[in-house]
Amino acid sequence: MGKMTSGERLFQLVNNTLLLILCLVTLYPFLYVLFASLSEADRLVQHRGLLMYPLGFSFQAYELVFNNPMLIRGYLNTLFYVVVGTAFNIFMTALGAYGLSRQSLMLKNPIMMMIVFTMFFGGGLIPTYLLVSELGMLNSRWALIIPSAISTYNLIIMRTAFQGISVHLEEAAKIDGANDYTILFRLILPLSLPVIAVMVLFYGVSHWNSWFTALVYLRDRDLFPLQLVLREILITSSTDAMTTDVQGMDKAGISEVIKYAMIIVSTVPILFLYPFLQKYFVKGVLIGAVKG
Amino acid sequence: MSASTSVPRERVARRYRQPSYARRLWRDIRINRHVYIMLLPVVAYYLIFHYGPIYGVQIAFKAFSPTRGFLGSPWVGFDYFKDFFNSYYFGRLLKNTLLLSLYELLFAFPAAVVLALLLNEVRRSSFKRLVQTVTYLPHFISIVIISGMLIDFLSRDGLVNQLLTWTGREPAAFLSDPAWFRTVYIASGIWQNVGWGSIIYLAAISAIDPTLYEAAKVDGAGRFRQVLNVTIPGILPTVIIMLILQIGSFMAVGTDKILLLYNSSTYETADVIGTYVYRRGILDSDFSYSAAVGLFNSVINFALLILANRLSRRYTETKLW
Repeated sequence: MGKMTSGERLFQLVNNTLLLILCLVTLYPFLYVLFASLSEADRLVQHRGLLMYPLGFSFQAYELVFNNPMLIRGYLNTLFYVVVGTAFNIFMTALGAYGLSRQSLMLKNPIMMMIVFTMFFGGGLIPTYLLVSELGMLNSRWALIIPSAISTYNLIIMRTAFQGISVHLEEAAKIDGANDYTILFRLILPLSLPVIAVMVLFYGVSHWNSWFTALVYLRDRDLFPLQLVLREILITSSTDAMTTDVQGMDKAGISEVIKYAMIIVSTVPILFLYPFLQKYFVKGVLIGAVKG
Repeated sequence: MSASTSVPRERVARRYRQPSYARRLWRDIRINRHVYIMLLPVVAYYLIFHYGPIYGVQIAFKAFSPTRGFLGSPWVGFDYFKDFFNSYYFGRLLKNTLLLSLYELLFAFPAAVVLALLLNEVRRSSFKRLVQTVTYLPHFISIVIISGMLIDFLSRDGLVNQLLTWTGREPAAFLSDPAWFRTVYIASGIWQNVGWGSIIYLAAISAIDPTLYEAAKVDGAGRFRQVLNVTIPGILPTVIIMLILQIGSFMAVGTDKILLLYNSSTYETADVIGTYVYRRGILDSDFSYSAAVGLFNSVINFALLILANRLSRRYTETKLW
């Protein structure tokens, strides 16, 4: 790399320090939440300022969280939305991406234009709500899966990836008697595993994190996804149901640690998957970016 | 290609008469029928769930009653739009929507570019990867949790106020004082998305021809000069594309986060068109009126996008379409 002048060395130092501070600022809130969730409730309430380690050590908050039937329901519901929803997303997006990656298709460009237009203009919340309700999907699980079957952005990413696969492979398969279904499901999809991984990440995370559609379309609390349960507890602060059993303890303190434990419990799956998928998603963003 | 231009046009046409468009299409559909069958559910999805609502937007011009349906409700023209323009809320909602978007453009948008530039100057790749891993992370955390953490840290007795009093400053009512809402909204947005937003610029930087840096070095340019004269011009097209896209969603500020963070004491600065549509439409079932408000929002947004694209095409040769 050659020698650095002292000015450059100073620049490096300032730059690295800035980035290190950014990392700390990004990470610390999560560490605080983690430490607080493991702390003893009465000690946490007394405490002022930053936490550098848990105050005492207690799994009580986690026990209360995991004994809460609403949260368990929410977890299971979200699991359903993530698994079924993402599978449906991938299936529909792959169909569209395959068709639109066929160079020779005469209707390719008109269909593409029709799809891209929807990225920039839409009917808005109310007409969509009325449509979903007309279709009888109000207060049903389908409302969270079917109306968001395809994200146009993801469709474009997948189409770009499919276009990158050599046509010679497909021609060879065609000569061997393969039809389009075989080509898509036996040839293209297995060859596109990285982009499929990206799509699973994007769609999966959006199902996992989704709450607004559920807020709009669902009335029945048994169908609520985790995020909607979290909203009630974190935003509208109703931990009373969980603290009624707790006796002889500081209620305020307990509901504080419960909040922290809930944040951890509902973030862990993402944190756990993140390192495995990280190498793929940068690639995904880049494929999407190439086409603008 | 060049060979065919030398043959007179009429003779080519006589020899290979092009079949009509309809005939060619029919042939195409027959040959590619499986592909068209695959596209059928996709097209149906877009027609129903994207064009359906666009068709349904007509209720903004009708006194919609659910019992009479889309077609049966009587037309009222622009009445709902007039109501909205004349209402007390119009100015406030427009101002809040525009200001939040503008601040996002002024602060959050450049932040990602700056982070990418800083990251690019990091020599040690393990440190660079660490910073990237950490700063991308909050993008994947749900907005409910982020808002929950914000409410917790920024409450009257929360961590931030504890630290403020500890350093001898006055505690602030971050979440109930309208003066603080925009700062909280924008700053937390940067915190959550700056890393993720920088990915695309890092990619653009890595696509810059390395010989340009060599040439700059030969000309005696230091690191800073190189950034100024090579890196920034190199990523400018990407920055402009992102800018157009950003302007294209100017009116669509993150309704999600506002709904979670605002309360009646901060409506004054926090209430935007999107959240107002939700309250009037979904909570109060005021369908036609809120559809009109929503349509107003989408139309302005679409117009801004076209304008941004046109300006960019004229002045920078970079364009979305």
